[in-house]
This record gives sequence, C-alpha cells and structure tokens, in this order.
Amino acid sequence: MKYMLMMNVPGRGPYQIASWPAADITAHIAFMRDFARKLSTAGELVGAEGLSGPDQAKLVRAGAGGEPITDGVFPESKEFLAGYWIVDVDTPERAYAIAAEASAAPGPGGKALNLAIEVRQVMSGPPTDWTPGA
Amino acid sequence: MIPRLDNSAQELLRDLAPTVLGALLRRYRDFSGCEDAVQEALIAAAMQWPTQGLPDNPKGWLITVATRRLTDQIRADTARRLREHLVVSLIPADEQIALAADAAGVNERDETLDLYFMCCHPALSESSQIALTLRAVGGLTTGEIARAFLVPEGTMAQRLTRAKQTIASAGRTFPELTANDRATRLPAVLRALYLIFSEGYTASGGDELCRLDLSNEAIRVARLLSGLLPDRPEVGGLLALMLLTDARRAARAGPNGELIPLDEQIRSRWNRERISEGKRILERALAQGAVGPYQIQAAIAALHDEAPSIEATDWPQIVALYDVLRCHDSSPMVRLSRAIALAMVNGAAAGLAALDELAVDPRLSTHHRLAATRAHLLERAGRHAEAIDQYRRAAQHTTNTPERNYLLLRAAQLSDSLTQPS
Repeated sequence: MKYMLMMNVPGRGPYQIASWPAADITAHIAFMRDFARKLSTAGELVGAEGLSGPDQAKLVRAGAGGEPITDGVFPESKEFLAGYWIVDVDTPERAYAIAAEASAAPGPGGKALNLAIEVRQVMSGPPTDWTPGA
Repeated sequence: MIPRLDNSAQELLRDLAPTVLGALLRRYRDFSGCEDAVQEALIAAAMQWPTQGLPDNPKGWLITVATRRLTDQIRADTARRLREHLVVSLIPADEQIALAADAAGVNERDETLDLYFMCCHPALSESSQIALTLRAVGGLTTGEIARAFLVPEGTMAQRLTRAKQTIASAGRTFPELTANDRATRLPAVLRALYLIFSEGYTASGGDELCRLDLSNEAIRVARLLSGLLPDRPEVGGLLALMLLTDARRAARAGPNGELIPLDEQIRSRWNRERISEGKRILERALAQGAVGPYQIQAAIAALHDEAPSIEATDWPQIVALYDVLRCHDSSPMVRLSRAIALAMVNGAAAGLAALDELAVDPRLSTHHRLAATRAHLLERAGRHAEAIDQYRRAAQHTTNTPERNYLLLRAAQLSDSLTQPS
C-alpha cells in the first residue's frame, strides 16, 4: 500500500532554515539525502519532491469564462507544504515509522525538529476480480 | 543471463540509427511506422549480435531487418499491439546482408540530416523536439528518454506520439524539405542539442545509476551532425562549447552533488583531453568565418579552461567577447555574465553598478541569478550584511535544489563569520 508523507512546516518558527548556522544546514541536507537514499535502497520509495518556498505560491480558481483567477501571496504565519515522499510499504505502521524518522530531521543545534508529518494513504485501483455491481 | 552488447557495439548501433531511419523514410515516408521499425531492428541487433557476432555490414543488416518489420506492420496492423509480446525472431544468416542500393550513396548524408530537421519541426514545442531527437536521431528507447527526464514512461510515450502526429499533420516534412527549410531549421536543431546537453549538465535529481548520461548523448549526436555539416561553423561552435563546458564536469560538483563554483574548483580535475579537442574544433570553426553565438560562448569557455586560476583568467578578453555576444543574443543572462566579468576587471563596485542598470529589466528584476550575482559582488566588496540578505533572497527564488543549498550555505557561512569572528 502506498502512503504520502507530507512535511508541513510553519511559516515562522524553527524551520526558518535560512537563518540556521552553516553546520546545521549541512547536517539537515545530509539527513534528507541519506533518508531518501535509504528508502530507495529498501525499495520503499515511490517518489519524493521538495517544493519551492511559499512566497510565490498562488491559489488559482477558474473565472466565469474558465480563465485563471489567481490569489496570493499568503501571510508568512501560514503553514505550508515544504515537500513530500510517497512510499510503498506493507503496513500502515511502517509508514508511521518512516514518518517519525522524517520528523526527527535535525534542526538548529542538531536538535530534532519534530515536525508534524501528515500521513495519508494513496488511493489504489480496484482489485483484479472486481466487477461493477457485484 | 542474456549476453549484452559491448559499449563500442552499442555506440555503433546508436550512430547508425539516424542513417537507417533516414533510408527507410525516403522509401516509405510513414514516420511513425518507420521509427517503430527501426527501434525493433535496434532491439533485434542488441539481442542477436552478442551471440552471433557483428554482421559484416551492420547498417545493411539493420535496414533489412527494419524494412521487414515495417512491411510486417503494414500487412498486419495488430503487429504493433503484439510487439511487446513477440520474441524477436531469428533472421537467417543469408538474409543478414545489405541491400546493395542502400549500402552507400550520395543521398545518405541528406537523408540523415533531414531526420534532424524533421525532429525539430517548427510546429513542435521544444520539449517535443528534444524527445523526438533523442528517440529518432539518438535511437534511445522511450523508457530511456523518460528516465533521463524523470517523467513516467507513459507521459513520454504520449509526448512522442503527439509530436509525430503534429509532424504528420503539419506536412512538408520528410522528404519534401526545401533548402530554405534546412537553413531556417538548423538553429532549432542546435538549440535542441544544447538543451539536451544542459539538462544532463545541470540535472541533479534521480538515481544516477539508471539515469542516462544526456550530456554525453548530446555530444555524441553533435559529433554526428558536425560530421554531416563540416562547413557550418556554428555546428562546430556548439560541439566545442559542449566539450569545453563538459571538461569541467568532474570538478563542478562535490561527492553528494553539491555545487562548486568556478573559483573553488580544483582545476587539475578538469578534463584536458576534452579541452584540447574542444579548442581544436573551435579554432577550425572560427577559421571558417561567420562567427555566431555558440562559437563566442565556446571561446569564453576556452578562456576559462586555459586559465590556471580565477585571478589569472583573461577577464578583459571575456568582457570583449560578451560585448560581441550581446549583438547576437540580447537575453539579460548575457548582460549578467558580462557584469561578473566586468567586476573581475574593474572591481566589484563597477560590477554592482552594471547590475543596477540590469535590474530595471522586468525579466530579471526578481530572478534569483540577479540576487545571487549581487550577493557575490557584495561579498567581494566586503559588504557582508547586504551579501547575506541577497544570498537568502536568491535561495528563496531558485527552483534548483543544489543551487538553493549552495546559496543558503553561503549566506550561513558569512553570517557565522560575522557573529563569531575568528
């Protein structure tokens, strides 16, 4: 079963990586790199992406003629999605364990950030023996 | 275990792919069908040659097999759907000989060239031109191209299918290209090759092991093109630019993909062989007259490659070359690069003044490169607090992970040195 692990970080607070000392930034980057490599080697990683910062993010809705109506920029205090992993694991417990590991990524002073990682199961296709109405 | 083709045979296969496809297209015209048939012939070769040895005439063998596949397809339309399930049939040895008429000929060069021009049809988007060039000229499989660009195989297959449909409906393709078509499409071909090269050079994501080396592929295809068009100086200019840039590849990234700027690169790790080959090709191109933007950029790359250090670089000459380049390419990135060179000649303040002039250009005012360049010059000028601010600004705006990490670290190191003076 596949799970999406979403790393939501607060707009203010400990995840302001730009203000960390160089050694802490290096440690954080190395942690994330090794984390992805480990998941990949274990055959559990489906995909992972980091997202660019929220300062240029926009909310888009269709206007009356289908044209894009954009809204943004958002207040700094809002939580934002910094990146995600999609993992393919045998049990939900394994997905939680992976999420906990990501949550413990090092922050300033090497201290674990303890970020909240949102874990959501990815919808799957119908089973092979499924027939409509059965 | 299935025996695999050695590298030189794989290279031979890929080198022959455009010629074989060109020969088939001249006779059958159906691009999609011909292209599928050539792919199947390449697969057949990859399976049969390791055990049966290289045929005496590899190109003739491929043309024979591809022609057979194409006629099979025309006979039975279902062949396409069944293709994946078919075990590649063995071809009797007596049929593995060339078609005499196609073995060589005056038209072969034009056929192969027209393939490049068709792949870069003006009706196609750049991403489609690139994908089609890799597939038709490079002889790569859809899966290989998809992995190289980190997109799902189904997405890449659709992109290729749509590209072929666009070409078919746009008309005037193979073999109806006029001399005028060929002249006007050459820049698009060069640009597609350059983009393939850049993708390979700057890409960071993905698993290196299963990722095809796009830079080497672009260089290989540019070499083929240069062999077909030895009298076009910009083709040589592009090949030289690729070689002279690629020469620095081993030095420009650390063990974990972190970016190393030019002034911190260990220059002994630069590839001397590539540099001298690139310089040789550039000199020949420049001697042909008709200087173009690729030759100028190659000349700038050559000046960097020749210099023993950042300080010993011929910066006045680089500024002069950027001035010439501006006449061909008015993009703000050229002016940005010129400002950096100018700072090396006349000092950081002169460079910063040039940047201020650039900042009014809306294409550049919020671009991370402008902030990153300003940060570097401010740091050199000793204005560290402002430099930190600009590094962070640049980090916020870049969408390239290694670059963002580099900029964040640069800001943090400066900031560390301000708070704990050593």
